[in-house]
Amino acid sequence: MYAIIIGGGKVGYYLAKVLIQKGYEVALIERDKDKEAQFSAEFEDSFLLGDGCDPEILEEAGVNRADILIAVTGDDQDNLVACEMALRHFKVPRVIARVMDPRNQKIYQKMGIELTVNATQTIANLIEQEVLAQEIIPLLALRRGEIEIVEITVPNTSPVIGQPVRELALPPHCVLAALLRGELIILPRGDTIFFPNDHILILTSMDNVEELKKLFYE
Amino acid sequence: MKVIIFGCGRLGAFLAQALSQKGEEVAVIDRDPRAFRLLGSHFQGKTVVGTGVDEDVLREAGIEQSDAFAAVTNGDKINIMSSLIAQEIYRVPNVIARIADPKMEEIYRELGLKTLCPTRLSSEMILHLLNNGQ
Repeated sequence: MYAIIIGGGKVGYYLAKVLIQKGYEVALIERDKDKEAQFSAEFEDSFLLGDGCDPEILEEAGVNRADILIAVTGDDQDNLVACEMALRHFKVPRVIARVMDPRNQKIYQKMGIELTVNATQTIANLIEQEVLAQEIIPLLALRRGEIEIVEITVPNTSPVIGQPVRELALPPHCVLAALLRGELIILPRGDTIFFPNDHILILTSMDNVEELKKLFYE
Repeated sequence: MKVIIFGCGRLGAFLAQALSQKGEEVAVIDRDPRAFRLLGSHFQGKTVVGTGVDEDVLREAGIEQSDAFAAVTNGDKINIMSSLIAQEIYRVPNVIARIADPKMEEIYRELGLKTLCPTRLSSEMILHLLNNGQ
């Protein structure tokens, strides 16, 4: 597996180290000359000094044989342009972009960059998860946001407690993917029974959110 | 015609003045309010402080009703990103991105952006002048 990482800030630096440790072939591209000495010593030939959006640098890094390109600079325009060129011009099979301003998520998706990492959004989701017990927490958007993996926590008063899964009137286009009970991960079957505080991971189309709320909370 | 120009450097300011003199409705975006001095005191158009990749700024400049959008800052990537937003999200009919790096310009032209590469244009012009001088 060959991964190109653009941006040698904290995220890119640690990501490069982790991937190398896992046996990936890695190229780390960073344009800050101040980091050259340290990165050359640490990553040797895996480090390239330059702008990761420069097509010549990308070619020098061997973008044509890369399996994945990950753009994690602190600038949305750099991450967007690097990923778009990799995906559409150099035909890299997979790209991952870091999104700095959550409002920019839309344009990434519009350009076909499906996998984005957005720290602000993730932290906001975690806070929501703690604060709003009776909410459906979106964990991951797939297919440009048409499908989502959501999490529901079964409250003490939920009508589904004691019910087996097969009696649950789930809306269409909705799959119970997993049930988390304490440390246990349970694959839900027809006879699996819901307990209070079960966390349920559901793969669903976005239209179902209201119906799911009714089912588990009313 | 309603035109938005992102980037009030020499090119952006000159273009804005030219369009405004022709009677077009022009809005200029730049993150540095001092840049608008280049427009001169007779400029009739609108100025908006901010960046052309911020949708609130773009809407304030009137992107929803605009006929054309030109991103002419000296940053290639920010020009590309703002042009993509104008073209793909706001469906502005005529979008032009200034890209100084000729290789990047070629790639984005193939990917469907209307691009303008000052480097390529100037060098072609200079070559032409050199040939004619001989």
